[in-house]
Amino acid sequence: MAQTADVVPEFPMPRASGCPFDPPPALQELQKQGPLVKVRLQDGSEPWLVTRYAEQRALLGDARVSADNTMPGYPTKGDGGGGENGEDKFSFIMLDDPEHARQRRMVTAPFAIKRIEALRPTVQKIVDGLIDDMLAGPQPVDLVEAFALPIPSLVICELLGVPYDDHEFFQDNTKTMVHRDATPAERGQAVRAIAEFLSGLLVERRADPRDDLLSSIAGRVTAGEIDHRQATEMALLMLFAGHETTANMIALGTAALFEHPDQLALLRESDDPKLVASAVEELLRYLNITHLGRRRAAVEDIEIAGQVVKAGEGLIFTNEIANRDPEVFADPDRLDITRDARRHVAFSFGVHQCLGQPLARMELQVVYGTLYKRIPTLRLACRPEDVRFKHDAFIYGVHELPVAW
Amino acid sequence: MKVELEADKCVASGQCVLAAMDVFDQDDDGIAVLLEETPGPELLDDVREAVAVCPAAAIRLVEQ
Repeated sequence: MAQTADVVPEFPMPRASGCPFDPPPALQELQKQGPLVKVRLQDGSEPWLVTRYAEQRALLGDARVSADNTMPGYPTKGDGGGGENGEDKFSFIMLDDPEHARQRRMVTAPFAIKRIEALRPTVQKIVDGLIDDMLAGPQPVDLVEAFALPIPSLVICELLGVPYDDHEFFQDNTKTMVHRDATPAERGQAVRAIAEFLSGLLVERRADPRDDLLSSIAGRVTAGEIDHRQATEMALLMLFAGHETTANMIALGTAALFEHPDQLALLRESDDPKLVASAVEELLRYLNITHLGRRRAAVEDIEIAGQVVKAGEGLIFTNEIANRDPEVFADPDRLDITRDARRHVAFSFGVHQCLGQPLARMELQVVYGTLYKRIPTLRLACRPEDVRFKHDAFIYGVHELPVAW
Repeated sequence: MKVELEADKCVASGQCVLAAMDVFDQDDDGIAVLLEETPGPELLDDVREAVAVCPAAAIRLVEQ
């Protein structure tokens, strides 16, 4: 479809009031217009917005599409498009192959399916312990602070090999890092404190390696494959990528299930791990918490869907509308935990697809399979319209979720 | 059917193992390993799912 300069829509667009779980209606309209449409960012640039599932997968899997944010045409930030927490400033996620692949393979081992399964009892213990604490404490309680945020923080401690005595320091700082009331200076300070802490642990592990991810990363420094700064960024990336994302899926997923009591009841009353796994995939699809678009730049001309994306043009992939593409998912705006949603692109697609996805899946399976069974009367303790959603954040979620039982 | 895996393309997402664990496994670094090059027809759907969800287009299914 032809577009003229004066009708290029601005990106990002707002969600509809009263529909906090659905993508912005204007985005879904653009999807109907075509698989690739130009949008205008706050800085005046006009990258392509890739709206449909098939084209998103094709382009995200195309080696002519670069994830390097220094490439010409790479869609700028500063429009809420990311980087607020530094989650995409670090390490190999903004590198292209072959360097990206070289560094990524240094940290893939602990995310192998069998290794993640071996971690499941530990995660179950963490989840059960936090539920015990909630049940012993006062109501209502904020599920974000009491449950959703501590889980990934403690799990990442286990994965990296943060000593038990330092868990509290790690928890306190990761909390500040993403806390709604923290100032940018406070957040920055928390990030620096964790970076220094991880840097120190990496030095210790180089001298005295153990069986954990920090030791494995430290070993790469000893072998001369990366330098100490790259190692610290890698360790930080493990934290940034797995922390707020998982926490938001826990709290936002629970908020969505409160809005869909039939689905919540199905999950609560089932003992079938397959249904729990299916619910995880469907909630990943339906909520797609990375909601302001993944960004790339074309480094060569690419013909796709009757268009030519020219070298030096930017690309934005709104995975949330690809996951609502009616060509792929029937009745896509319906939350249905019994559907087969495994082909969703909530973890993106291509060589940069989420490295931690086996861990995210397992954590969410434990959470969704445990929380509603152990607290069967769990309910929202405020009016639904009073829940505050993170509309302007790169990772979508709720600021708090007051619950009672 | 015959399954082809290009392990050097693999990005260790683990998706093939979840989709078809009788056909795929991972090595110590999480890189996909083919367990069964010519799986039986009962595994066809699983292998097709693995092909579809592999983010790196590392798996091909040659239906003979």
